[in-house]
Amino acid sequence: MSTTIQPAPVRKTIVVAADPATAFEVFASRIDRWWPRSHTIGKGPLASVVIEERVGGRWYGVDEDGTETNWGDVLVWSPPERLVLAWRIAADWRFDPGLLTEVEVTFNAVAQGTEVRLEHRHLERMGPAADAARAAFDSPNGWAAIVALYAAEAALTGAGEGP
Amino acid sequence: MTYDKTFAALADPTRRKVFERLAAGPQAVVDLARGMPVSRPAISQHLKVLKEARLISDRAQGTRRIYEIDPHGLGQMRAWLDRLWDEALLSFKAEAERAAMHKQAKK
Repeated sequence: MSTTIQPAPVRKTIVVAADPATAFEVFASRIDRWWPRSHTIGKGPLASVVIEERVGGRWYGVDEDGTETNWGDVLVWSPPERLVLAWRIAADWRFDPGLLTEVEVTFNAVAQGTEVRLEHRHLERMGPAADAARAAFDSPNGWAAIVALYAAEAALTGAGEGP
Repeated sequence: MTYDKTFAALADPTRRKVFERLAAGPQAVVDLARGMPVSRPAISQHLKVLKEARLISDRAQGTRRIYEIDPHGLGQMRAWLDRLWDEALLSFKAEAERAAMHKQAKK
């Protein structure tokens, strides 16, 4: 018997007190206003994040020195209900146009506003890159640095927001 | 490292739970077992599978073994993404609600 076994997709649900059109607009068109600056793919500090508003549009980060780093692109652009983005960042933190993992975001009207569901799937496709990039993880700019940055940021955020 | 092994390791819900707990920080078996509906030997068995899949590693600390996410594994990428989206969505929620209030105020 053959079974396809995959790592579970990352799934998140959050309710926001805003109508779906506003929620979609903020998520996609104003990602720069809310994307945590600690999560960057480029080499330098992240200055801005852009999602171009169309199918095929680019999703990229801009470092403070102006360098653009591709993260992926827009697969589905259906405001105000649905957005699907390709996340093409391999486990070695490099943009890989041949890698396709999907981030699907849906916006459903509920009594309190909008229920936003996010699913980041096909993570198993990162596998071969993860293996090939073993050396990259061990470099000073690899995993350890990113995780340390993230931990510092998470601690700050946690301290600021309380339990 | 075989990826089939990685994915098989995470396919079991209890094992995924153990793994996610370790994503929060290194822990000993006794700590991991707390609050889990399975026995300590069962947790140890799950840890063994996760270790063989290179998702986690262990080290001695005094008389105890401390388990942690293996920084070389694909598992950490998922754990990182999981936390990334948690944090990103909270930040998004705040911004969306600010935008909604702003629109409301203009009406």
